[in-house]
Amino acid sequence: MKAIRKIESTGVPINIENIDTDQIIPARFLKATSREGFGKNLFRDWRYENDNEKTPRKDFALNDTRYTGKILVAGKNFGCGSSREHAAWAIKDYGFDVVVSSFFADIFKNNALNNFCLPVTVSDEFLKELFTAIDIRPSTQIEVDLESQLIHFEGKNVIIKEKFEISPYKKTCLLNGYDDIDYLLSMKEEITAFEKRALTPNTI
Amino acid sequence: MKPKTLFEKIWETHVVKTIEDGPAVLYIDKHFIHEVTSPQAFKGLEQRGLPVFRPEQIVATADHNVPTENQHLPIKEALSRLQVDTLDKNCKKFGIELYGLGHPYQGIVHVIGPEMGFTQPGMTIVCGDSHTSTHGAFGTIAFGIGTSEVEMVMATQCLMQTKPRLMRINVEGKLHHGVLSKDIILYIISKISASGATGYAVEYAGSAIRNLSMEARMTVCNMSIEMGARCGMIAPDETTFKYMRGRKYVPRGDSWNSSLTYWKTLFTDDGAEFDAELNIDASEIEPMITYGTNPGMGIGISGHVPNLRDLEENEKHSFEKSLQYMGLEPGMGIKGKKIDYIFIGSCTNSRIEDLRLVADFVKGKQKAKDVEVWIVPGSKQVEKQAHEEGIDKIFEAAGFILRQPGCSACLGMNEDKIPAGKYCISTSNRNFEGRQGPNARTFLASPLTAAAAAITGRVTDVRELI
Repeated sequence: MKAIRKIESTGVPINIENIDTDQIIPARFLKATSREGFGKNLFRDWRYENDNEKTPRKDFALNDTRYTGKILVAGKNFGCGSSREHAAWAIKDYGFDVVVSSFFADIFKNNALNNFCLPVTVSDEFLKELFTAIDIRPSTQIEVDLESQLIHFEGKNVIIKEKFEISPYKKTCLLNGYDDIDYLLSMKEEITAFEKRALTPNTI
Repeated sequence: MKPKTLFEKIWETHVVKTIEDGPAVLYIDKHFIHEVTSPQAFKGLEQRGLPVFRPEQIVATADHNVPTENQHLPIKEALSRLQVDTLDKNCKKFGIELYGLGHPYQGIVHVIGPEMGFTQPGMTIVCGDSHTSTHGAFGTIAFGIGTSEVEMVMATQCLMQTKPRLMRINVEGKLHHGVLSKDIILYIISKISASGATGYAVEYAGSAIRNLSMEARMTVCNMSIEMGARCGMIAPDETTFKYMRGRKYVPRGDSWNSSLTYWKTLFTDDGAEFDAELNIDASEIEPMITYGTNPGMGIGISGHVPNLRDLEENEKHSFEKSLQYMGLEPGMGIKGKKIDYIFIGSCTNSRIEDLRLVADFVKGKQKAKDVEVWIVPGSKQVEKQAHEEGIDKIFEAAGFILRQPGCSACLGMNEDKIPAGKYCISTSNRNFEGRQGPNARTFLASPLTAAAAAITGRVTDVRELI
C-alpha cells in the first residue's frame, strides 16, 4: 500500500452521529467480487433521490460544490454496524485519505487502517469547532500530520490544534506502507510452533 | 494466582506473541466464511500466490445473498449468482468444506456454527460478519472482521488484535412472562447506547442469563456489536454442555471428557477485575421495541418516543433525522401503530426455539388481513425440524409464509426487501435507514412481539394476548 504521512486538504462535513456502514455503502452494492469501484456508490441513498443519479440530493455534502477534499469530517460513532470492509473501500475509492470524527466504531477503524485511510479521533469540542469552521468557510484547510500525530486548522483568527492517538505499530505500518499480512507471513514458523504446543484441546 | 476473567483465560492461551507497544498476534481456532466478504480475500491470496494455511479450520456457507424461495433453481440475480458461484469455486480450489446452497447443512453462518457443533467453548472464532459475537454464547472469543483480516486468517490463521477492555453486565432476577432474551439485549442497548460498549469485550452474567437456553443466549451475544462491543460472551455451563453433546462436530468419547474438563475451567474467577460493570434488574424489562434508526433507540412497548427537550443538544439533529425517516413524532407512543410486514428470521432470532415460540403463540389464530408475514428459518436443519414438528402447518393455517434459509430481509441483499415507506416489525438486529430495503421502516422486537403484531396488524403488547 502507498504510505501516508501528511495530508493537507479541505474537508467534507457530514454532521450526523452514528453513521453506520449500511449508509456508507448499502448492502445491495456488496455483490462485487473485487475491491474496486465502490466510491461511486458511497453514501448512495443519502446522495441520490430514489436511487437515481440524475436526482442528487442538493442538501447532502457530497453533492454540495462548496465542499471538496480528501478529508471526511463526520459525527460521533462513525462506521458502526456491519463489518463490511466495502465501507472503507468506498471512502478510499471516492478519494478520502482521512476521516475525522470524535468516535469510531471498532471494526470500521481496523478496516480503514488496513486500507491506509487514516481515522483521526478528536475531542467533541475540536470536532464541533471544525464543523463550525467548515460551515463558515468551506475552504478551511485542515492539516493532518501522522508523524507528529497532530491535526490543525485555522479557526476564527486562531489555529486550532489537537494531538490524536494511534498505536505505534499501526503508525509505523502507515508511514512505511507495511500491511499486517506481511508481518504475519513473516511469522509463519512461530505460528506453526505455537500450534504444536497447543494450549487448549480446541486448537487443531 | 491472580483471579482471571473468562475473556482473559481464553485470550492468554491464544496469544502467539505480543508486539512491543502494539497489538497481539492472536491465534484463531475457527474461521467461518460466506459469499459476500470472502471473494476479495481469496483474490488477495491468489495475487500473492499463497495457499490457505489451515483449510480444515475454515467452514463456509452461502447465506447473505441467497433467495429464500425456489432454492433448487439457479439464482436469478446475476451478481448474486456470481458471488455464490465464486465461493463454490474458491472452496474447491483451496480445499475448504462448503455448506452451499442445497446442502442439508446450509444456513446462516451463525446458526449453523453452533448447530453443527463447530462452535466450542474456549475457542477464538472470527468471520467477516459483525454478528460473529453470537458464538460467544458458548464461552468463546468471537468477533467480526473485515475482508483484509479474512485474508490474513486464511494466510496465517492469525490476526493482529489489541486486547479490548472488559465489561461485565449482570442481569439478575426473573423475567416477566412474555419477555424474551431479545428484550434483555434491546433493553441493555437502549440503556448504554449504540456506542456504549465500543472497545470492550462484554461478559453477560447473572441469574437471568444463566436461566436462558442456548438459543436465547445466542440472541443476547448476537447483538453485542449493536452497542459497539468487540465481542459478547457467556461462561459455558451444564446448559451449554447439554446443548452440545452429540452434535456432529463435537468431540465424542474420551475426547469429550477431556474437552469437558477444560471447558469447565472457563468462567470468571471470583475477584477478577473488569474495567466496567453494569447491573440490570430483569424485572424492570418489558417487551421492547425500537423507534429509531439505530438499535440503541429502543423503548418498552408501553413507553413513548423521547421528547426533544430530554436530549443533549448535539444529539438533536440526528434524532430528528431519524424520526423523520421513521415517520414518527417525538413523545408519541408506538403501541397501536399499524404494521405492514412481519419478518421473523436472521442470525438473531431464526432458531428452532424461536419458531416454536411463535408457533405456540399463533396456533389457532389468523394473521391480520393487511400484513404480510415472512418466517425465514436460520438453516436447512431448522427448516427440517419445523416440518417434522408440524410447525409449518401451524404457520400455513395462520397465513404465514415459511420460506427457505438465509439472511433474507435482515439486510435485503436478496429479493426479500420491505417496500419504501412500509413498516416492518423485524426480529433481526438492525433498524438502520434502508437496511431492509430503500426507505423501509424497521421496528426491532422479539419473535413474540412480532407474532403478536402479525395477528393484530398493529404494534401490540404481547402480554395482553397470552
